[in-house]
Amino acid sequence: MALVKDGQAVQDPWINVADNVELPSSGPIIVSLARWQTDRDALSSRADPVGIRLASHEAASDIASGLNRISLVALEFPTFRDGRAYSTARLLRERYGFTGELRAVGNVLYDQLMFMHRCGFDAFEIASDEAVESWQKAMSEFSAWYQPATDRRTPVTALRHLRRAAE
Amino acid sequence: MYRYDEFDQTIVDQRVSQFRDQVARRLSGELSEDEFKPLRLMNGLYLQLHAYMLRVAIPYGTLSSRQMRRLADVARRYDKDYGHFTTRQNIQYNWPELKDVPDILLDLAEVEMHAFQTSGNCIRNVTADQFAGAAADEIEDPRIYGEIIRQWSTLHPEFSFLPRKFKIAITGSPNDRAAVKVHDIGLRMLLNDDGEPGFEVMAGGGQGRTPMIAKTVRAFLPKEHLLSYLEAILRVYNMYGRRDNMYKARIKILVHEIGIEEFSAKVEEEWAHMKGTSVDLPEEEEHRIRAHFAPPLLEVLPMYSPEFEDRKREDAAFARWARVNLFPHKTPGHAIVNLSLKPEGGVPGDATAEQMEAVADLSDQYSQGEIRVTHEQNLVLPHVKQADLYALWQSLESLGLATPNVGLVTDIISCPGMDYCSLATARSIPVAQRITERFDDIARVHDVGDLKIKISGCINACGHHHVGHIGILGVDKKGEEFYQVTLGGDASENAAIGKIVGPAFSYDDVVDAVETIVNTYVETREDGERFLDTYARLGLEPFKEKLYGTR
Amino acid sequence: MLQVVTANRLVEGDVVYLTEGGQWSERLGDACRADDKQKADALMETAEQAVAAQLVVAPYAIDVTTENGTVRALQYREQIRASGPTIRTDLGKQAAQG
Repeated sequence: MALVKDGQAVQDPWINVADNVELPSSGPIIVSLARWQTDRDALSSRADPVGIRLASHEAASDIASGLNRISLVALEFPTFRDGRAYSTARLLRERYGFTGELRAVGNVLYDQLMFMHRCGFDAFEIASDEAVESWQKAMSEFSAWYQPATDRRTPVTALRHLRRAAE
Repeated sequence: MYRYDEFDQTIVDQRVSQFRDQVARRLSGELSEDEFKPLRLMNGLYLQLHAYMLRVAIPYGTLSSRQMRRLADVARRYDKDYGHFTTRQNIQYNWPELKDVPDILLDLAEVEMHAFQTSGNCIRNVTADQFAGAAADEIEDPRIYGEIIRQWSTLHPEFSFLPRKFKIAITGSPNDRAAVKVHDIGLRMLLNDDGEPGFEVMAGGGQGRTPMIAKTVRAFLPKEHLLSYLEAILRVYNMYGRRDNMYKARIKILVHEIGIEEFSAKVEEEWAHMKGTSVDLPEEEEHRIRAHFAPPLLEVLPMYSPEFEDRKREDAAFARWARVNLFPHKTPGHAIVNLSLKPEGGVPGDATAEQMEAVADLSDQYSQGEIRVTHEQNLVLPHVKQADLYALWQSLESLGLATPNVGLVTDIISCPGMDYCSLATARSIPVAQRITERFDDIARVHDVGDLKIKISGCINACGHHHVGHIGILGVDKKGEEFYQVTLGGDASENAAIGKIVGPAFSYDDVVDAVETIVNTYVETREDGERFLDTYARLGLEPFKEKLYGTR
Repeated sequence: MLQVVTANRLVEGDVVYLTEGGQWSERLGDACRADDKQKADALMETAEQAVAAQLVVAPYAIDVTTENGTVRALQYREQIRASGPTIRTDLGKQAAQG
């Protein structure tokens, strides 16, 4: 399992804290939505960064009001077929202005990396031995995309406009 | 019709490379079948009863002659010399090999074709009126928007793993020939009171095990906001559509369960944020796409062609074909020509490679190089001069494509059924064949008049039986093939789901039952009534009585 | 009971049946017959190994019967699968056998 962020394999400094375990006194931690809701005060006043892990049925709107206190959101793909996190990611970025780390976790497979990246994910827990190579290959499969999304890739409609303007 | 620019071509070419790589990773074992299956489905590749099946997209049912020739090529080189045109205006090949599919896709990409998203839990081929751009009754050519939606939906990063498949249909005419009301999203073009063009947006229609007619989400959507509105609907579906039960995962279930008011409210709330953002197509881009659909420059001709009228008087067979297989063209002196793929005893919707090539040649000669595929599994040559109709008809006759039965009782829509499909519970094609053989008297067929029979080999309703005037659903009763009959379905703007007439009929008895229904109609109809009119007036009772007797 | 295991070849897509020797034949007649659950399970295990080896996909067991020494699938669907589309006798296995 490797964590790929900004195209590199990185050490993961974050600790996942289970719901029934005491919050560690320091260090960046990731908690569930339920924990965030019950221990909101303790988590909000924490000095070290706090992250939230959302299950696929949990919504961006559930954490929108607290995003200024959250440095990382991990969105689960329980199976790669469950595509709700794509919408959740876009809402976090585009609707609620989340600028922290947006991490894809769970059944994160090569063939979905491009879609995830386009929806605003910037960190990926990839189960492969060659995670970085996989990542780079996935990013290079296409060089044109029809529709605008969350990413900064220029969609084809804009490219057509630029081409017309140049003529 | 639309022609790819370098960007369209790049995407299609890179998709082919991507799939080639996916196949290689599958064959090496790097991808399990479980991981590969959604990927191959997103390129239209199924595993069926006898072999793989490849479904190639024909966007909004429009083909150039060059593309049709390539489809014939593919049938010859990689399959068994034939293809099957489907109820979503696509073509299916029944015998490709997995190892050849990347090459098939490469050959298709060369002529601007693909198999993107013809299966899988993603947005499927957008279907439209087969007479688009030629019929007099349309407000605007819906294929412009079909192409706009095609591009927006292709490899959409947010909507590639929906709860279930998603089908969009669009009509540019108030006479709905695209069955929009039984689609996940149905779009009907219209002008508002100020004469501005836009869409009635409907959602939650569908067939399958729980047939439903779509409900209106928004009565009028200005056309410039089409994509942002679709994006809002898809997002609501992606987030709230059920994922716990694949038989309850379509958007129609969501609309049904939360109600249209709440559904619309959710969509409007989402849309409020998206409206006018970069997802809406810039006007110049709409103009660019629209220009591709400019009507062809057709010869200026008088309304009626003397040659055509003379030939009809001289040749009764030609007159009969002209009466039924033609549709009025908006340009004087021209006609829209339907090519029936429903000959007596034939497999509905199948065409040989030879026929496909011949149709390509005929379209070059007579129809501006353009061909259409209908969701009733026939073909269309959309722009033919009336003066050319006789010569065209003679060629079509020699090809077996001139059966004068379009819209009549032997113009049957049938899914592949248990002869081909691994989902099927009964065969459908032989029932269709036997019905055409029972009604082999063409004079009788013409006398019966407009009557759409639709047959599905299982509850998934790919044959659209729910909206057949007579619908036939194949079921399995203790290992035997039985057929449930419905009456009064309608795919038009007066959309209706057919009602079950009574207990199912055996494979041996179903054709008699169909004939009894037809005879009952003929015996009870009043002046000028079509089947649907008589059914509307009398209901199920007279048919039930004739079929089952008074018990 | 009597069962055989069937699948599709991964590369070509052909319908095949698992034989006694662990091979895959296009002919139902060549299939290894299991007359109890244990043997059927063993066949499915062999089939799953073939899946893992990228030889076949989607294996499953079907009920068969024997008539005068010939094996026949019980379900009509499987009979069609063993021979070809009923409406095109020139296609599928039935054509090769003709």
